[in-house]
Amino acid sequence: MQTATRKLTRSAFPCRRVRLDHTDANAPRPSPDTPGSSQSRTTHFGFQTVPEDLKESLVKNVFSSVATSYDVMNDAMSMGVHRLWKDEYVGSLKPGAKGPLRCIDLAGGTGDIALRILDHARENYADRETSVDVVDINPEMLKEGYKRFKKTMYHNTPQVAFIESNAQALSKEQFSDNTYDLYTIAFGIRNCTSIPDVLKEAYRVLKPGGTFACLEFSKVDNPLFGMLYDQYSFSVIPMLGSILAGDRESYQYLVESIRKFPSQPEFATMIADAGFAIGGMHEGKGGAWTNLWNGIACVHKGVKL
Amino acid sequence: MSAAFRLSKQAASASSRVIPQTRNALRTVSSAFTQQARHSSSQPLYPGHVPLNWFEHAFMLAGSSYMALTAPARHDMVAAVGDLTSGPVLPALRDQMLASPEGRRILKERPRINTQTVDMQKLASLPEGTLGRTYVTWLERCHVTPDTREPVHYVDDPELAYVMQRYRESHDFYHCVVNLPVDVTSELAVKFFEFANLGLPMAGFAAAFGHLRISSAKRQRLFKEYVPWAIKCGGSAKSLITVYWEQRWEQDIGELKRELGLWDAPEAKWPKPRSES
Repeated sequence: MQTATRKLTRSAFPCRRVRLDHTDANAPRPSPDTPGSSQSRTTHFGFQTVPEDLKESLVKNVFSSVATSYDVMNDAMSMGVHRLWKDEYVGSLKPGAKGPLRCIDLAGGTGDIALRILDHARENYADRETSVDVVDINPEMLKEGYKRFKKTMYHNTPQVAFIESNAQALSKEQFSDNTYDLYTIAFGIRNCTSIPDVLKEAYRVLKPGGTFACLEFSKVDNPLFGMLYDQYSFSVIPMLGSILAGDRESYQYLVESIRKFPSQPEFATMIADAGFAIGGMHEGKGGAWTNLWNGIACVHKGVKL
Repeated sequence: MSAAFRLSKQAASASSRVIPQTRNALRTVSSAFTQQARHSSSQPLYPGHVPLNWFEHAFMLAGSSYMALTAPARHDMVAAVGDLTSGPVLPALRDQMLASPEGRRILKERPRINTQTVDMQKLASLPEGTLGRTYVTWLERCHVTPDTREPVHYVDDPELAYVMQRYRESHDFYHCVVNLPVDVTSELAVKFFEFANLGLPMAGFAAAFGHLRISSAKRQRLFKEYVPWAIKCGGSAKSLITVYWEQRWEQDIGELKRELGLWDAPEAKWPKPRSES
């Protein structure tokens, strides 16, 4: 039934994607092609097409500029709902239920997930041995996370560490194979240039039996709800970005990058291709993914066997 | 004009059926021009243009007014309120420009005022008492530069957007010609002056509400001395949006003031010079 609904969406509303895609292909930004340059591999940056090696620095710039207002903007844009999503995400993982865990949280910048993991283990299982390595490619985001953790009891304890690194290429010295029990990445994977590389690194650093869990914006399957969501995304969110953060473009990038992310079954297949064992190709109990709020956000899980 | 563009795009996918002139205009736009996903199938018409539908217009107006009042250091929000409320008045200003030969030249050539387009060294070397020399001295005395003006985003017609941009960039000249610095009282005095001379709603709002932020002593002085001057002078002077400042650098400032029907504002407190070098 899920597949039928999705097919209906795709064929009944073909112009939706067309209307949303900008098609002025004659002015790709931000780097004009220099004659003789060998930049043949391109990728998407929101709805723009950019050389692959440029995407990382563009994303870095976006997050450097949003870092200090990141949490405020998240609250404003989702009207606080992102907290519910993150609570449900971490709740479903039950960290600490089977003993202390070594966790790694990628794109963990401001520390939302790490804090929830440590609090869940402490409050529910009196677990003070679980540790989280917060990894982010952007130093400004890590700084915000470090500042936030200073207000908690985990500051200066072995339970949390902040490390700057690229999710696609975790250094083998700092992140050896088969180290972690839990790998989380919340609202970060769509900003990475190569998702398969991120999944490969996740597979490498997880122990056998370890869990991969990804929380990310995804495709809304209900067409009516989808229209409202699109209207809100493309209309209200960039405006909130310009009013609250003085930065319309970063938030325009944000909503475009959500549309560019693979759908639930596509992403589940990519996770399976990286070697993880996933549930059935359907939503919900026993499935490879769980939709939150009709598909606005989605939790994908996999286990390394 | 923008309605026609929207209709022409609603037929099919975004820009494949755009009329050739528009497509060429979009192509020749500079690389600082941001591409956007336009949900309501309206395309930007000039660099920095952000087309808004009625809901977005209202939302931006509410949001940016709130931010401009609570955080006036957010110049982009003050500029946004200016853009969003300028609707009824800009065509009238454009018509005033069209009615004078000098204004027509401005609309045709569309000059911009920033440190790239204005040769500051040359102006500093002009004789004392000329507009150019007075302007450069004023910039130095107030420790400001013409480079910090937010571009226009929310005006739909490109020509009216230029008129708004011209108004913003000429603001410093209004200070300079009536000999006012950039402290809050003087800014408010200039807002009253601009409202009397040009009629822009934003100048009116700033004038009407801006004085709530200053001390009562300053407010008294503002209303006792500056406001009568601003209304008399601004109301009787020639429309300053039609003045082609860049072509008058060598003109004597006294002669310029007589020609435009302006006279100096009441004496104000100037900032101390930054260094005695």
